[in-house]
Amino acid sequence: MTDMASLMEDRAAAKVISGNLHTPVDWDSPKLARNIKKRYAAERRFKIYGLSAIAIALLALVVLGYSIISKGYSAFFQTYVQMEIFFDPAKIDPDGTGDPAIIGRANFDGLIRDALSKQFPEVSGRSERRDLYDIVSGGASYDLRERVLENPSLIGQTRKVWLISGDDFDMLNKGYISANTDEGDRRLNDQEVGWYNTLVSQGSVEKQFHTRFFTNGDSREPELAGIWGAAVGSFYTLVVTLILSFPIGVLAAIYLEEFAPRNRFTTIVEVNINNLAAVPSIVFGLLGLEVYLNVMHLPRSAPVVGGLTLALMTLPTIIIASRAAIKAVPPSIRQAALGLGASPVQTVTHHVLPLAMPGILTGTIIGMAQALGETAPLLMIGMVAFIVDIPGGALDPATVLPVQIYLWADSPERAFVEKTSAAIMVLLGFLILMNGLAVYLRKKFERKW
Amino acid sequence: MAVVTQSAMTAEPSVTSPKMTARDLNLFYGDNQALFDVNLDIVERQVTALIGPSGCGKSTFLRCMNRMNDTIDGVTIKGKVTLDDRDIYDKAIDVVQLRARIGMVFQKPNPFPKSIYDNVAYGPRIHGLVNSRDELDEIVMTSLERAGLLKEVKDRLPEPATGLSGGQQQRLCIARAVAVSPEVILMDEPCSALDPIATAKVEELIDELRSNYTIVIVTHSMQQAARVSQRTAFFHLGKLVEVGETDQIFTNPKDERTKGYITGRFG
Repeated sequence: MTDMASLMEDRAAAKVISGNLHTPVDWDSPKLARNIKKRYAAERRFKIYGLSAIAIALLALVVLGYSIISKGYSAFFQTYVQMEIFFDPAKIDPDGTGDPAIIGRANFDGLIRDALSKQFPEVSGRSERRDLYDIVSGGASYDLRERVLENPSLIGQTRKVWLISGDDFDMLNKGYISANTDEGDRRLNDQEVGWYNTLVSQGSVEKQFHTRFFTNGDSREPELAGIWGAAVGSFYTLVVTLILSFPIGVLAAIYLEEFAPRNRFTTIVEVNINNLAAVPSIVFGLLGLEVYLNVMHLPRSAPVVGGLTLALMTLPTIIIASRAAIKAVPPSIRQAALGLGASPVQTVTHHVLPLAMPGILTGTIIGMAQALGETAPLLMIGMVAFIVDIPGGALDPATVLPVQIYLWADSPERAFVEKTSAAIMVLLGFLILMNGLAVYLRKKFERKW
Repeated sequence: MAVVTQSAMTAEPSVTSPKMTARDLNLFYGDNQALFDVNLDIVERQVTALIGPSGCGKSTFLRCMNRMNDTIDGVTIKGKVTLDDRDIYDKAIDVVQLRARIGMVFQKPNPFPKSIYDNVAYGPRIHGLVNSRDELDEIVMTSLERAGLLKEVKDRLPEPATGLSGGQQQRLCIARAVAVSPEVILMDEPCSALDPIATAKVEELIDELRSNYTIVIVTHSMQQAARVSQRTAFFHLGKLVEVGETDQIFTNPKDERTKGYITGRFG
């Protein structure tokens, strides 16, 4: 009986369901209208979330850009002081030989000091004089020497010359040292500020474009320190990295993707490559230190070692990007080539590789950009040294842009603050350039099928 | 009992001096057997159509005939496939040369993303079939002519092949296969991605190519098999059920399964 009853119930239920199916849906019912409203609201909310995410990202970018540029742009300009220099023959070339070797050895600092003393005759006493001489940078004498060597007829004449100022004087002129603060709280005393005001009133203080920043190596004196040494070091390091990691990475990717049998060994290799991409870069630095310096005794602080170390770090990136690019080539192209009787190597070199190249290049450039910005592993292999000379090759001691930034950020002088930001701008400029190149190459070589 | 009659039937289709033969061909994808004891002869300068429901192994069998299955991992092949009485799975056979002798046209048109000219010239170039630019030009022109494409593309040879229509692309793929002068052309559902007009053109072309080449075509359309082929082989669940003259297969099939398939009762 119960069976019968439940059967009847089922039938009744079935009838209701089928009955519902045949009733036309009332699309204008309040319930469905509410649903539509809810859906619109959900879509609006989602759009707002997305927009706010972008807004936050843009805001972060603007804040970063503003803080770097506002701090750093002044480093592209340098304060110069105009002095009346008497090119004293007695000091430059007492015997009138005209020999560049003798002129080159002359005491040009003395000329500048004479000029300063003449300008401010009231200054006396050792420490006061030293303060006075600090108005002009120690590098100014090299400028004078260059000038005289280029044009020896200057000897014996008096000329108004723009001389590069010392860093404190430069900071005062740029407004980073305020004359209104208490004398004890600033690097320049009232007397020095007074000299500055005198010079300004004579129109002898001027900001000029700071070419030295782009042509010099590092220096203890902020006004003489430049980015070029680090840029050249970065260049050599990246060249070594590229020469090693690009061919090795691409060949490894081709082998793994196109030729390797699918077995346990290749799986282990693949997993390890993916893991290597996630290894902290300092570990590669330690590896480089041990293998290249301690075992192979390669030169310390040299771009060749930095390049070798960074190549290890970049390889997984290039392999992974190249494999993705190779995998994206449609299999129909391989089949077409194989079906025509192309050998597997011909199939890869004639068809797969050219089609995968935009992706491979993009991955490589992004890997290179990563290497350009890498600091930690280079600290381990001694590229953090203070190096004044511009490196002449991959075996010379050098430093790189991010390490230079790190070094300057660590320096106590106020003037290095703006140098740090300016160096960051230069580094970011290179990075934007490289990424732009990646986009350009991808657009140029991209083929549609 | 059914097994006995079936094997008796699949052993039957011996023709005099076939261009290609398959003997007791078994194929495994890993542990899955996809082909069971296939025995089939391909007659020279005829079109042989392979028909059967999806997943019956006809495309797999086709790919055995130029060893395209070699490129797939985990494929094991037992049995014998011969071309002019030589086993193509023999170690002494160079698979690259074999694929030049047995051309292939695929389901989806797959021109290289290069110019029309370079697509056709690719095969002769890699096999070193030509000595001069003029010879190559001639091969390209004749191949396009044979594929019935020359009239449409002769003014745009340097243009990218991907700019052609689907039907033109497929005929370009046929021209590309023809350019290396293969003896056999395998076609894996060459018209399945084409509209009826393009299909008609390709079918016409197949009929013309028959005078010079041995053609094996896999098709889903029984009408197409009836239109273009002289011999038809019916595959079902990895087994060759029946093979014979196309007229006979379509008008008077011997096997119940063939009858069922061609009358549309299953498939």
